[in-house]
Amino acid sequence: MAGILVFGEVQYGAISAVSGELLAAAGKLADEGVDGGISIAVMGDDLSGVTAAQAPGTDHVITISHPSLKDGGTGGYDAPLLAAAALAESISPDVILFAKSDFGAVVGPGLAFKLGVPVAQDCIDVAVESGTGRVTVTRPVFGGNALAVYGFDGDNVQITTIRPGVFDPIEGEGSGLIEEFDASGVVSGARTTLVETVVQESEGVRLEDADVIISGGRGVGGPEPFELLQELADILGGAVGASRAACDAGWVDHSYQIGLTGKSVKPTVYLSIGISGASQHMAGLSGARNIVAINKDGDANIFKSARFGVIGDWAKVLPSFTATVRDLAG
Amino acid sequence: MRLALRIAVCVKQVPDPETPASAFKVDESVNRVVPAPGVPPVVNGFDLHAVEAALRIKDAGDAEVIVLAVGNDFVMDVMKKPLSMGADALVLAEDLVLDDLDAVSTVNVLAAMIEKSGPFDLILGGRQASDWDQAHVPLGLAEKLGLPCVTLARNIDPGDGVVRVERALTDGYQVVEAPVPVVITVSNELGEARYPTLRGIMAASRKQPERLTLDDLGLNAEALKPALTLRRLFIPESESQVELIEGEDEADAGRKLALRLRELNLI
Repeated sequence: MAGILVFGEVQYGAISAVSGELLAAAGKLADEGVDGGISIAVMGDDLSGVTAAQAPGTDHVITISHPSLKDGGTGGYDAPLLAAAALAESISPDVILFAKSDFGAVVGPGLAFKLGVPVAQDCIDVAVESGTGRVTVTRPVFGGNALAVYGFDGDNVQITTIRPGVFDPIEGEGSGLIEEFDASGVVSGARTTLVETVVQESEGVRLEDADVIISGGRGVGGPEPFELLQELADILGGAVGASRAACDAGWVDHSYQIGLTGKSVKPTVYLSIGISGASQHMAGLSGARNIVAINKDGDANIFKSARFGVIGDWAKVLPSFTATVRDLAG
Repeated sequence: MRLALRIAVCVKQVPDPETPASAFKVDESVNRVVPAPGVPPVVNGFDLHAVEAALRIKDAGDAEVIVLAVGNDFVMDVMKKPLSMGADALVLAEDLVLDDLDAVSTVNVLAAMIEKSGPFDLILGGRQASDWDQAHVPLGLAEKLGLPCVTLARNIDPGDGVVRVERALTDGYQVVEAPVPVVITVSNELGEARYPTLRGIMAASRKQPERLTLDDLGLNAEALKPALTLRRLFIPESESQVELIEGEDEADAGRKLALRLRELNLI
């Protein structure tokens, strides 16, 4: 078998939105000439809620169920990697796509090294090169200051992880075949053990799903202002985010972090307060449609990407902004 | 009493990621980054978190911390920082052909260094390097050495033959156990890397790195061919189209900003 194998992920028992983004990337490659169809594989300890309808555009939905693949196999490393390698060897795809997520950022490269082939991490575009039919990828490098285009030469399987929030998830309902892949023989060889997963999700709207995000950085100066940000987010039905500097300073938990090593978000409005806009932070905003910046430094990098901005002291700008928003909300 | 752990920490010299975007230049004719004049390189930030993780283990018990790096044009004041933080030794593989290696080749060189300087109980590295942001050399190293790997550690607790790692997730953390030897990547959630003390700096100034050549490592240039071909490297164009909202004072600007966003139905 050739074609494209997507390693999807399961959230709340069903194939997740980020998997839909991968299927969109796979669809683009198929449109541009990668033959052989699209399959999606998911792992977990209980995949009874997974259906073919959740994976539009695919010919096969492959479930890999095993107790050691609990929590989608994010923690164990060894077990999901062994399962992925067994599946890849069994169906020999031309292209394998992962999300650059807690799961894919680890299992993707691990699989590539296990198979002795290259991998391109954190890609924001994929394409098929005319002539060779091989895949090329575009990935931000140097913290997003530059873009690099890579080609997969030779004829090995081409493994790529895709940055979440860049492709729009594919829509519709799938009607492929659903089948179980038995990996129990290989995953029993796992050396690492997942003891427990502790979820510390912030209350309210998830950052990844939020349509409005109010985000604070080093410039807000301490933990207290985040209460004001939360107040505004509550009025707008949005979520609060932060730059890495604010998280590393301990003002908010790291689960608030947006950027290259934090979350990738795609709100309609991203209101950044006291964030300079270093490229590592902007890397999490590829999918943000309207960046609004409040910063006292008019030369701050954030204004280069912002659609609207106020140059000024956030402590004076934000209260009247919030009051006006509250009035408008009636 | 526990025997002394031997810990290898893999670090990388990178261009300072705090270099202002305006000073960041690319020579598109050769697909290379042009170093910003007058801006010295640094040890990759996440790698310093890995050094910190190793030093915390050393603080808590008996451990020997050996720092390994692969590259070209090392700046010794920069590369000695882990020593001045408290690491015991520095081993450098430095060669012209080791300039800007890709991940697969870096894995090949580091694996040879680890085999030569080992055995190690723990092999640590940062979660990713701030230059090429690939985040997969340690994963490759684990495969090459036939060891398990745990990524994104925010705490490492070595026990008897087993290491317990708290692994940072985007929403929370996981507790993972792995047998030693094991490869572990470290994330910034571990906490800030310590500053070198004056005593540490003095001690580091007296230490000389061990330098290895490709010959010493039994490698040749053939093992260092890039696995992916870099077709193009460029700085994306960004035209600033920001609409700056002004008012009588800052509070007025805040009010007008809200009205403008409402006018466009954005809020």
